[in-house]
Amino acid sequence: MESILGRYRNLVILVGVLFLQILGLAVQVKRSSDTENTRLIRVWAVDMVTPFERVLIWAQNGTGGLWHNYIYLRGVRAENRQLKDQIEQLRLEQVRLNEDAVQAHRLQALLAFKEQFISKTVAAQVIGSSGTDTSRILYIDKGDKDHLKRDMAVITSDGVVGKVLQVFPSVSQVLLINDQSSGVGTILEKSRLQGFLKGAANGEVALEGVMSDEQVAPGEKALTSGGDQIFPKGLLIGTVTNVATGKDLFLNIAIKPAVNLSKLEEVLVVVERQERQATTEDLGRVRAADILARRLPSVPDKPPVTANSPSPAPAGSVAAPGTASRTDSPVAAPKQVSTNAAGLTKPAKSPSASESVARPQVASGSGQGRQNSTQSATPNAAPPTTAGRPDAVTTSKPASAAPTQPKPRAAQSNPAPAKVAPAVLPAQPDPANAQDSPH
Amino acid sequence: MPITYTSGEQVEVYRFSLPVTVGVPLLALFLQAFIPRRFPGFAVYLDLPLLVTIFFAMARRNPISGLLTGAVIGLLQDMLGHNPIGIYGIAKTVVGYLASSLGVKLDVENAGARLLLTLGFYLIHSAVYFTVARGMVSLTQNWSWSRGVLAGLANAFLGVILYFFLDKFKQRA
Repeated sequence: MESILGRYRNLVILVGVLFLQILGLAVQVKRSSDTENTRLIRVWAVDMVTPFERVLIWAQNGTGGLWHNYIYLRGVRAENRQLKDQIEQLRLEQVRLNEDAVQAHRLQALLAFKEQFISKTVAAQVIGSSGTDTSRILYIDKGDKDHLKRDMAVITSDGVVGKVLQVFPSVSQVLLINDQSSGVGTILEKSRLQGFLKGAANGEVALEGVMSDEQVAPGEKALTSGGDQIFPKGLLIGTVTNVATGKDLFLNIAIKPAVNLSKLEEVLVVVERQERQATTEDLGRVRAADILARRLPSVPDKPPVTANSPSPAPAGSVAAPGTASRTDSPVAAPKQVSTNAAGLTKPAKSPSASESVARPQVASGSGQGRQNSTQSATPNAAPPTTAGRPDAVTTSKPASAAPTQPKPRAAQSNPAPAKVAPAVLPAQPDPANAQDSPH
Repeated sequence: MPITYTSGEQVEVYRFSLPVTVGVPLLALFLQAFIPRRFPGFAVYLDLPLLVTIFFAMARRNPISGLLTGAVIGLLQDMLGHNPIGIYGIAKTVVGYLASSLGVKLDVENAGARLLLTLGFYLIHSAVYFTVARGMVSLTQNWSWSRGVLAGLANAFLGVILYFFLDKFKQRA
């Protein structure tokens, strides 16, 4: 016996070592809650590697920062100009979105929806990866010390990245959405079809669980549905690139992630979310009489007379093109901005009463009410400006309630049209409107 | 007797200093985890810890030492991922054992032999990993010969260069 063991000593040790590892694997596979007991040795391994990664990242950032921030500044001026233009465009886009948000908020309040907010995020830097294509994870430089916890959502400004898988004292593991063990509750933006996003072995991402008799078009955006209780609802995941009939009567929907998952440098970890009942407190109270009044013709409001201004500027003339775009106060309250935007995007054609009730907030701007009154008095006036609202004219929401309305209470409580209008008007000066404004 | 065969007395057995024994595998693991941050394809096609395992196993020419080296490096590589620990451990244990066993019988000093051996060991490593991952852990794995051979060749060429530099750390036993 001893001679046999001595003769095949190498083979016996090989079998022994393999047996131990297989045993360890079997124990891990059988365990239902993953990685709790193997955590310690993972900590050791991570602690061995990540300090070097941190140092290297630090040195890399230091060198890169010195070069890019102080030495290599070629094209910065042009880029700066381009970015300023982009900011202007985004401001206008923001105005439009704010209007939609206010309306959605009001509807949510009416339906007693609960809203979710990302109230706190922690920025983290990617310092490494698993180094294999079978385990698509990242290491970030924030951990337990920064109050990160398992299953927190990890995002960037472009979209969803993944979730926190394991938290170590000063680093964390992030499971990417293209890993085959990940899953994200997903909803398609236009068709509102829901499914779950799964990664494949080759790193591609697919939406599963959509029946094959549904119509899904390539190019449609995929958003988080919030059903997984990890990712807040409405975050962009990616775009549908290919749709094919799969097995078991489900569609194979290939998704291209909005985030370039292979070249991430900084991410945001959602550490706190708030859920609250939607209320209309901050939108101003709307009385039944106000709603009724919108259906009835009324006398246009007189322009306000302020003691300080020698010649009281009417609302329409406040938003003079050119001056508005150069305003230094782009941080006007979204509520105010949106309501004014709504007023300015109204077509002057005969609106229906039901439409006006469907968009009660359109009349909440004090300046806009007067301007709209003027528009209604001149039905053949030139189409109103659609600054920041390119779809306003063709939409089924002509936002036409305001022309003959009194000011709602919300508008009365915020009588500051001069601060608001500039953010609305700059892109498309509309002489017709300016002329129509009461003087 | 074929020219590539050598007797046990003829083969050179090497050893390495402690810093090299510990530092080189750790450096390989570190680079394997760090480089994909900039070059994502690196992790798909190249496996530095495998190359280091093969090198140490072939140089020491001791099967027990080879399989233990492979087991330790493989387990460390497993720990950096999120899959169960042991898949890479098993694969690299097998490769370490085979590399050191072949190192006893073959001349593994010339570049051509190293190229072919590394290609072969990469395929063996992939096959063992595929089997364990699919059979024991139920990971979805797709076997592709073209990708395997391509990655094997990439590893083999990188290995030949890497071994050339690592040869400098060899010490005669």
